[in-house]
Amino acid sequence: MADLIIQGHVGIGPAVSGEALVAHDNFSARYDLDRVKGTFSRPAHKLYGENYVGKVLVLNIAKGGVATAWMLHTMKQRDMAPAALLLNWANPIIAQGAAFADFPLIDRFEDDITAQINTGDTVLVDPTSGTVTIGGRV
Amino acid sequence: MKLTDYEQAMLAGEMGEPRRAALARQVEIGKFFDAEDFVAVAQAHIMADSEALGEAGVEHLEELAAYPDAERQVCIPTITDPRGADFHAYERIKQDEKFVDLERRADAAFRALGVMMTDTCINYQTVMPPVLGEHLAMGDTGVVIYSNSVQGARTNYEGGPSALASALTGRTARYGFHLDEHRRGTARFQLEETPKTWTEWGALGGLVGNAMGSYFQVPVIEGVTGSTPTSDDLKHFGAALASYGSTAMFHVVGVTPEAPDLGTVFDGAPPDPTPVSRADLDTFITSYAGDDDSLDVVVFAAPQLSIMELEKLAGLLKDRSLDSGVSLLVATNPENARAAERFGFRDAIERSGALLLEGVCFYQMHARELGEANGWTRLMTNSAKLTNIIGGYGYDPVLADMERCVESAIAGRIV
Repeated sequence: MADLIIQGHVGIGPAVSGEALVAHDNFSARYDLDRVKGTFSRPAHKLYGENYVGKVLVLNIAKGGVATAWMLHTMKQRDMAPAALLLNWANPIIAQGAAFADFPLIDRFEDDITAQINTGDTVLVDPTSGTVTIGGRV
Repeated sequence: MKLTDYEQAMLAGEMGEPRRAALARQVEIGKFFDAEDFVAVAQAHIMADSEALGEAGVEHLEELAAYPDAERQVCIPTITDPRGADFHAYERIKQDEKFVDLERRADAAFRALGVMMTDTCINYQTVMPPVLGEHLAMGDTGVVIYSNSVQGARTNYEGGPSALASALTGRTARYGFHLDEHRRGTARFQLEETPKTWTEWGALGGLVGNAMGSYFQVPVIEGVTGSTPTSDDLKHFGAALASYGSTAMFHVVGVTPEAPDLGTVFDGAPPDPTPVSRADLDTFITSYAGDDDSLDVVVFAAPQLSIMELEKLAGLLKDRSLDSGVSLLVATNPENARAAERFGFRDAIERSGALLLEGVCFYQMHARELGEANGWTRLMTNSAKLTNIIGGYGYDPVLADMERCVESAIAGRIV
């Protein structure tokens, strides 16, 4: 079986690989996460209760206020950050936060990224080329 | 991205490590948004309260502050958003000393960088109002939306690290609301009745914000009649719209500078308008009604109060006393606090038992721990923005106009 390569826009941060955690829902570090426990804490979120530390998070749209820009850095310093973030649509705040934290982020894929990756898939994220590679899928 | 000789020298480290690192991050952001080049900005405004910063953020500021003067000083006028503690009042509201210490460290580091500690989210009303066409790096969603929409200046949401980068480099990547193409209308709302109070303007912002899907949507409002909305009206509208919608710009036809008429604001045929009725506004406000009349704290903040709002509040509270079971907090900036003292407003407000806080905003001062320390759950406010945010901090918010909030604080229950 060959690898499946999904093309997005050129992203931010270093290349990483990790296990995917996927939902068609949105993302805000301030409103959705318990950043001390490393879990999704907003009850209405589709990943409520899930631990995101070290996972490649795959979600729909970045939302929320400006505080997220500082928070990715703090999460990374504490070793409580996801491995990477893949979104259909980022916003300036999440991009600024990723640049400040040197955190891998890619968005704007050809199709809905949350429909192409399954929770548990091992994926390689390369922001420099804007690609996501899923091993042995085609 | 196309870089000037000056920018290339900065990126090569010729102006020191802080500026090199800041520009390198800005290049990454620029590439991410397909910016062709940088644009010089006239001011930077940094959101960096201790709650958002955390220990790691404060350490980052302290590292910058340790560089030689020539390498660490900001190169454009740089101001700050509200802080996490009012150093003169934190003990009265039982704020934890550990947060206040973090705040003191951040404050000292910012001063070493040459940042002016304005501690305000209403800089457009009190510090240096933006000008039509001026490029800026503004760091609070309410400041961004007001600067873009009411004043016709050009800024994206610049989160704390990003606004700080602009302060050090004097520029930002040219994308988003710096470009004409992103400033056009994308949706249309027709008012059946013009909002009357600040609360109703905020409710309109919440309604329209809820209908927005992304940062790049620009709603256009039609049907404002009667007197021109005031700066405070549009402040409450914009702050709520940005909070509920993650939206950075709006137009009010016939009011805001880039929307003299419908034809100017839309490319091609305008979309069909969504009507907004009196009932829609009422339904929005009563969705934050509370299920009983108990009351712990009344908050006037988000955004900080203008001197006109403080004048009105002083008039409502003069020679009256709050119920002993209810706290009333008012947040403004240091400039307006001094003005309120000169005009006698502070005296009228505080003699009632209320507390005027300066340089802070309620949700940026560790609101969860504040609520736990003081036993506050039921919170009443005239700010739609605050009702949107504060639920996530363990409060049960009630939205009502300023008069009803004051009467409730005096009665000791929601009236």
